[in-house]
Amino acid sequence: MDTQTVTLHGHIIDSLILAKVLDTIVMLGGTFTLSEVTIGSKREDLSHSTIHIKAPTIELLQDILTAIQPHGAVVQAEQDCMVTPSPADGILPENFYATSHLATQIRWKGKWIDVSHPEMDLTIVVKTTPLSAHMIPMGSVKLGDLIVTGREGIRVFPLERPIERDVFGFMETQVSSERPHRHIIADVAKRMKNIRQHRQEDNASAKVLFAGGPAIIHAGGREALTWIIEEGYIHVLFCGNALAAHDMEASLYGTSLGYNLGIGRSVPHGHEHHLRTINRVRALGSIAKAVESGVIKEGIMAACIRQEVQMVLAGTIRDDGPLPDVITDAIEAQEVMRTVIPGVELALLVASTLHAVATGNLLPASTPTVCVDINPAVPTKLSDRGSFQAVGLVMDSSSFLRELARELGWKG
Amino acid sequence: MSRLLMCPPDYYGIEYEINPWMRVSNQSNGDRARTQWQALTQILEKEIGAKLEFLEPVPGLPDLVFTANAGVLHDGKFVPSRFRHPERQREERHFIDWFTKKGYEIINLDATIYFEGAGDLLGFPKFWIGGYRQRSDIRAYEELSKISHKEILPVELVDQRFYHLDTCFCPLSGGELLYYPPAFDAYAQTVVASRIEQNKRFVVPPSEGERFACNAVCIDRHVVLPTGCPNTIEWLAKHDYIPHPVELDEFLKAGGSAKCLTLALD
Repeated sequence: MDTQTVTLHGHIIDSLILAKVLDTIVMLGGTFTLSEVTIGSKREDLSHSTIHIKAPTIELLQDILTAIQPHGAVVQAEQDCMVTPSPADGILPENFYATSHLATQIRWKGKWIDVSHPEMDLTIVVKTTPLSAHMIPMGSVKLGDLIVTGREGIRVFPLERPIERDVFGFMETQVSSERPHRHIIADVAKRMKNIRQHRQEDNASAKVLFAGGPAIIHAGGREALTWIIEEGYIHVLFCGNALAAHDMEASLYGTSLGYNLGIGRSVPHGHEHHLRTINRVRALGSIAKAVESGVIKEGIMAACIRQEVQMVLAGTIRDDGPLPDVITDAIEAQEVMRTVIPGVELALLVASTLHAVATGNLLPASTPTVCVDINPAVPTKLSDRGSFQAVGLVMDSSSFLRELARELGWKG
Repeated sequence: MSRLLMCPPDYYGIEYEINPWMRVSNQSNGDRARTQWQALTQILEKEIGAKLEFLEPVPGLPDLVFTANAGVLHDGKFVPSRFRHPERQREERHFIDWFTKKGYEIINLDATIYFEGAGDLLGFPKFWIGGYRQRSDIRAYEELSKISHKEILPVELVDQRFYHLDTCFCPLSGGELLYYPPAFDAYAQTVVASRIEQNKRFVVPPSEGERFACNAVCIDRHVVLPTGCPNTIEWLAKHDYIPHPVELDEFLKAGGSAKCLTLALD
């Protein structure tokens, strides 16, 4: 797909010049997005518009440009991007370009090239042999890496509406507990079914990512989530020490943070259960070994091991233990999470502020995302931090998971 | 009193071919051209009462006679044309000299833009129409809007025979319009229809459009137009205009008629 931005100025509305230019683009087989239209408020005022044109081939793009230039479309002057070598490991040059999580291209020696792995708040490094451009975090930069600086020769593409006409098509982040949930959950389930079907039929690499917090266990969503994982609907799990610890505590002791999940009361010495669980797994060496040895027989962790879900457990300063699988270096955890993001086509961020925001930061804007939390502040915070594509759902995580599982065929 | 700029046809002739009307093999007759041009000045001065001013003709510039293409005037400012064809680019400095001597402020358009003056820019009181694609660039109208603070609606000309707006479009003093729609693309026809009521628009028939019925000079209720346009004359008379047909066939050989031979100075 080749693209070019043009501008159009003058009395372009009443003269139908804008309409003619847009009609011409479409008639010749291109598509367009209008990124800016300023319409004069008085008859004598001039109007302006910026048009991004896309065409399947460079030849067709050239035909379109040739056809619209006589009507006043001016091809925006393009410059190559600037690069500056980084002055030291982990240090970016001044005036480095900070990325968004939208699809991005840079212009290098007259040609636009894609920047791989869109992610917000990173920077762009250019490799010349072979030519490629990647988004990388500040900490991963090495002395002498060519870092894109300034704003010239960089273009960012607005998010396109997905082909599916479902809740993600609206890309609205409006958060309210008053909104009906049912159709959103039905749309999420439909996407999950499609992804699982693609994986099974075409051996596709499409993945569903689930990031969750321990409230899932306390609130009673464990059974439903376990079923969803066992059925092969989830392929990546991001969580912390607590979700895993309480899930396995439930498996070993029937409690979550000392509360009996069956009778809903604290049990004597129940507060020790999660520590004893963590200790047990530490002794065995890993969660996988705990499951494979039969110590942990059921639950979310057991389902993940059995279904070969890619798990990344990231630690925090309040962790007990932690479990042997927990990555305690935050930057290392971020790096591992980043490596499993490619291929994620749906992200469910459930009942965890920390993991929802952290995962949101890593996802490209093109990934359909739903954020579920009983606290409206969480989806709001996620959206405020730039993950504008996330659909917010204000509801209890257990209710969400049970309803989702039922949509997927759970009989529980 | 209306003032018009004209240029005697002393050096007029068909010396090159830059529009489909021009054929070097179909040379104009110098005597007849002078007689026709003088008849035009007579009508303008004696019958209509216009005041004529004259530009000195220059050998080797046969089209200098078409003063409508000098540029455009607005509020004491003169924006000179930048001709598309090199043959006519040589006229530019003569027009600029004349307007400079007369005390006009000269405002030049961007050097990369072609613009052929009042041949392509015609006005109604509330908005102007600018022809583009054949001779003038559409970009001229954005700059001219900034200079004049006027709304200028660009319209695309699609027939090479009607290479200037004034060959197919003539606003009249009462807000009516004579025009030849096939010279415009569909968008332009829609724009014209949206701005001028149907009962004020006269679509000249093809036989009269091709005789340049629209290349007419309108001063108050007087309209000077080429001969051989009976339908247009009838419509004008019915709408309380006084038609003045004048034989200008020698100038049609170069693709011009009454309007092309004059430039309104007021």
